[in-house]
Amino acid sequence: MRNRRQIVTAALLVALVSGMTGLAFASVPLYRLFCQVTGFGGTPRVETNGPTNTGPVSTRHITVRFDSNVNSALPWRFKPVQRQMNVRIGEATLAHFTAENLAQEPAIGTATFNVTPHKAAQYFAKVQCFCFDEQRLEAGQRVDMPVSFFIDPEILDDPNAQDVSTITLSYTFFRSDSL
Amino acid sequence: MTAEHHPTGWRRWVYSTNHKDIGTMYIVLSMIGAIIGGGMSWYIRLELAQPGIQFIEDTQLYNVLVTAHGFLMVFFVVMPAMIGGFGNWFVPLMIGAPDMSFPRMNNISFWLLVAALVLLVIAGLTGGGPGTGWTVYPPLSSATFHPGPAVDFAILSLHVAGASSILGAINLITTIINMRAPGMTMHRAPLFVWAILVTAFLLLLAIPVLAGALTMLLTDRNFGTSFFIPEGGGDPILWQHLFWFFGHPEVYIIIIPAFGIISQIIATFSKKPVFGYLGMAYAMCAIGFVGFVVWAHHMYTVGLDVNTRAYFVLATMVIAVPTGIKIFSWLATMWGGSITFKTPMLFATGFIALFVAGGVTGVVLSNAGMDVALHDTYYVVAHFHYVLSIAAVFAMYAGFYYWIGKMSGRQYSETLGKIHFWASFVGVNLLFFPQHFLGAAGMPRRIPDYPDAYAGWNMVSSIGALITAIGTVFFLYIVWHTLTRGQKAKANPWGEGATTLEWTVASPAPFHTHEELPNMEPAQAGE
Repeated sequence: MRNRRQIVTAALLVALVSGMTGLAFASVPLYRLFCQVTGFGGTPRVETNGPTNTGPVSTRHITVRFDSNVNSALPWRFKPVQRQMNVRIGEATLAHFTAENLAQEPAIGTATFNVTPHKAAQYFAKVQCFCFDEQRLEAGQRVDMPVSFFIDPEILDDPNAQDVSTITLSYTFFRSDSL
Repeated sequence: MTAEHHPTGWRRWVYSTNHKDIGTMYIVLSMIGAIIGGGMSWYIRLELAQPGIQFIEDTQLYNVLVTAHGFLMVFFVVMPAMIGGFGNWFVPLMIGAPDMSFPRMNNISFWLLVAALVLLVIAGLTGGGPGTGWTVYPPLSSATFHPGPAVDFAILSLHVAGASSILGAINLITTIINMRAPGMTMHRAPLFVWAILVTAFLLLLAIPVLAGALTMLLTDRNFGTSFFIPEGGGDPILWQHLFWFFGHPEVYIIIIPAFGIISQIIATFSKKPVFGYLGMAYAMCAIGFVGFVVWAHHMYTVGLDVNTRAYFVLATMVIAVPTGIKIFSWLATMWGGSITFKTPMLFATGFIALFVAGGVTGVVLSNAGMDVALHDTYYVVAHFHYVLSIAAVFAMYAGFYYWIGKMSGRQYSETLGKIHFWASFVGVNLLFFPQHFLGAAGMPRRIPDYPDAYAGWNMVSSIGALITAIGTVFFLYIVWHTLTRGQKAKANPWGEGATTLEWTVASPAPFHTHEELPNMEPAQAGE
């Protein structure tokens, strides 16, 4: 009979292995939560209630540029209506994109998004966005896709973000009905 | 001793529960892996000797060779030799234990690794093979770009190899913690034992994360999940974080046992106890600990923000401190020692030289700003081959020459050993040093062709590979020569410098050792 201490040691080590395996999988929700809270990696905030303080709090403006991409598996044309906008900090703003299905059959797409510079992402808040849901376009259909956002005035208090004069909002549409 | 305690024939090996026999099998497996993995690297060097495509016309095949070379050398050469081979052989002998804590589990660990190697070979032979690099980054490793079963087999192979390592690590830790002879406190245990203990803990903490990430990749590829697929809400960068959370400790898993071997050898051939014993032991612990919080220095180019990069630069550079403690303690051990340059000592000093060279370029690469320029160039290839490949292999050679008398009962030929050392030392430096120049000049990794401007140093590098290959074939001759023609080894061929317990048993070590536990209480030990 093997002595008890060895069994206890081995059991503790097995628990350690299980714990690390659990952590590997827990990293997925933790990573998502971490990105949402901190804006890490250019994850913009979602504020479906709009700006909390009403009215612009600053006369400072930031240029918001729009970037659009389509994965080659999705036969769509997807473009921003306006290349860029001059946005007053704290003011709710509406921007428009157009998407057109060039194929002969309907397709479902979903858009991923991020914001650069990354340090500005935590202040870039989306109120409403086409990217929150899957989008279905019939053959040849062309639609307008609005996105409503505002830039949190807290950006003015962040010393690291003082040099931010331009924010780029980027979307990439992927095919999602093939998933 | 009853017959069932000393099985013979194939049962002795296949059913083995003896730490020495299992250690021997690990070393043999490692040599088989080295011949396959080394053959691949020489084929790669043959293609790279001149610009243009001469031998490997299929670029997917080139990628598969690079990938398989990495997997083989990491999982089926260095780890089995150092942890499974020398670890199994000498941890119980050094701590005065009759065998490992769980001898049957030891057997499973070994045979799982054989199964993993078979799976890896199957992966290489199906559906064009896995051309993903050993890092298996999605989307290249996704179903879109590797639709066949090759990557799935490779994933399965790594899963099985990981299970083997985890079981082996549990066994080693349990043995070291619970089975030391009376008086053999942790602070009296040889540094090789410490090295294996730290390594085993790194395995337990790192391998499950790899297993988790591989499982996510497997389900992404086959069962419709999207952990790493952006259109499904995933992120390919997550793979890199998980992979390198495993991958960086993995490089210490490779090198820390080498530290242990080198410490034993330097002390033996300097006829002095190792300088700063406790500092050496805790430096390994510190390296192991800090090794878990530096992973993103492999990912400086993925778009980390400047503060994150600053942190990883700092944390990475901190590792140079305990590593420096080790280097200087080895030098201080040799300082004023009565040094004899037998072959193991030559390889040990060669290890220090190579490891310092690789460590210095590591500090260069730890700078995020420098790394952006050097990322994925041959500079990185030169760096990690200096530390992980040739330094680690020099430690394995050193351990082989140091312990072969104990393992086989026959001593190698000193003349042949010295020829092997000089051929290897000249060969590997000629092979890898010019790759620094190529990398600094911007030559990218993992591409079988290059502009003519890089032709000169690539030819030099390939000539170095040829010399190394000749040295390696010569080593195989030395193995044969030692086992058939070698002089009978004494219990302690190294004299007064060799103070650890494995030298108190006969050579070759009997099938059963330390059945009567050695007493290491200070009064009796007489150190």
